[in-house]
Amino acid sequence: MTSSRTAFAAILAKDLRAELRTLQSLPAMALFAVTAFVIFRFGLNRSHLAGSLAAGVLWATLLFAAVLGINRLFVAEREEGGFDAIRLAPIDRSVLFTAKVAALIVYLAALELIAVPIFALFFLSSAASLPPLILVLVLADIGLAATGTLISSMAVNSRARDLLVPLVLLPLVVPLMIAATAATEPLMLLGGVSYHRFGTWLIVLGLYDLIFALLGYAVFDFLLED
Amino acid sequence: MPPDQEPAIRLVGLRRVYGERAALEDLSLETAAGSSLVVLGPNGAGKTTLLRILATLLRPTGGEASVLGCTLPGEAWKLRGKIGYLGHEPLLYRDLTGRENLRFHAKLHGITGARAEARIEELLEAVKLSHRGDERTYEFSAGMRQRLAICRCVLHEPELLLLDEPDSNLDIEGREIARTLIGPGAGHTRVVVTHDPDRFLPEADQVLRLAIDAPAVVS
Repeated sequence: MTSSRTAFAAILAKDLRAELRTLQSLPAMALFAVTAFVIFRFGLNRSHLAGSLAAGVLWATLLFAAVLGINRLFVAEREEGGFDAIRLAPIDRSVLFTAKVAALIVYLAALELIAVPIFALFFLSSAASLPPLILVLVLADIGLAATGTLISSMAVNSRARDLLVPLVLLPLVVPLMIAATAATEPLMLLGGVSYHRFGTWLIVLGLYDLIFALLGYAVFDFLLED
Repeated sequence: MPPDQEPAIRLVGLRRVYGERAALEDLSLETAAGSSLVVLGPNGAGKTTLLRILATLLRPTGGEASVLGCTLPGEAWKLRGKIGYLGHEPLLYRDLTGRENLRFHAKLHGITGARAEARIEELLEAVKLSHRGDERTYEFSAGMRQRLAICRCVLHEPELLLLDEPDSNLDIEGREIARTLIGPGAGHTRVVVTHDPDRFLPEADQVLRLAIDAPAVVS
């Protein structure tokens, strides 16, 4: 058996190299997020957001932008035979799941590097909420990547892939979004940053991550069966 | 086949259905290690299905299948890495270069570092693609992609080659090149699916003729 670390690094490096060359997912995700912020700014006719509204605008935008990347996550494996190549190799097939989760986390981090500063510029009066927000972003990204990878691998064989991913993914990430917005809300209050129940919601996010990462790892092998 | 030698492939009453349609029905055969089995039959007779079952890419619905001493599907994990599979798709990423594709597959098979580089250069040289190895494969012609797919197929020096129309898209020179890597006599056991009996029957040790709604014939 090939070591899982070698296979993980090979798949992750392949995905990132292909994305850097083709820019098929990241620019679309970033452009979507920026456009959504512009629409919110003029649609709500507000130059400043706070509390739950700010958290809702941020997370709704990041979630829908993420769906664009999740939709495309396994397209190369499906269309260029990557699934067969990986199934023929002497590797633990769950490595494909972990490598795709890692790739999606990188995409989400890159998206947030662009989208969050623009969100702050459009809607926040101070950047004080951003350092603690990083913790929420990291935990939410892990959960979104684990769930998204699982759903994307199930949907990729369907002709209705673009429809299936949001239809199945969005209900599953409702708990994640509730926890992420609830953790973000006190960071963006009008009166300044508050940490009321911040830790509790981080624990909820961590539990969600753990459940879906383990679930994905456990069932992924079966999803690859023809 | 000597009586004490275990066959490379042993099928007993193999069956595979898709929904209600049987693609393979009650297929039995034994193929000796190091020999060439040529599989013939019309479209839809189950040739590719058979190859994908042997490659562990598809589960049989019924019957017994043993490949290189591993029972399928239970011991498929032991078999992976011993098979070189050349199917309809080249299993190459269009946005990676030829060398990057081969490096990727080498790593999946646990071949890394200088050993991988040496093997990749040896194979690219053999298929006359060394000078194009740093170009992305979407720039390759179909024949060049097939040559690279042959490199991918034999990169890890498999014991068993499963070849589905291996000459497709290859010109005369390409076929000669392919013969050196995946032809008979290179020590592999081979299963070749083809619609070109004139080309492959002379090198067959065993022939399997699959038919639609009729029993398979082994000769």
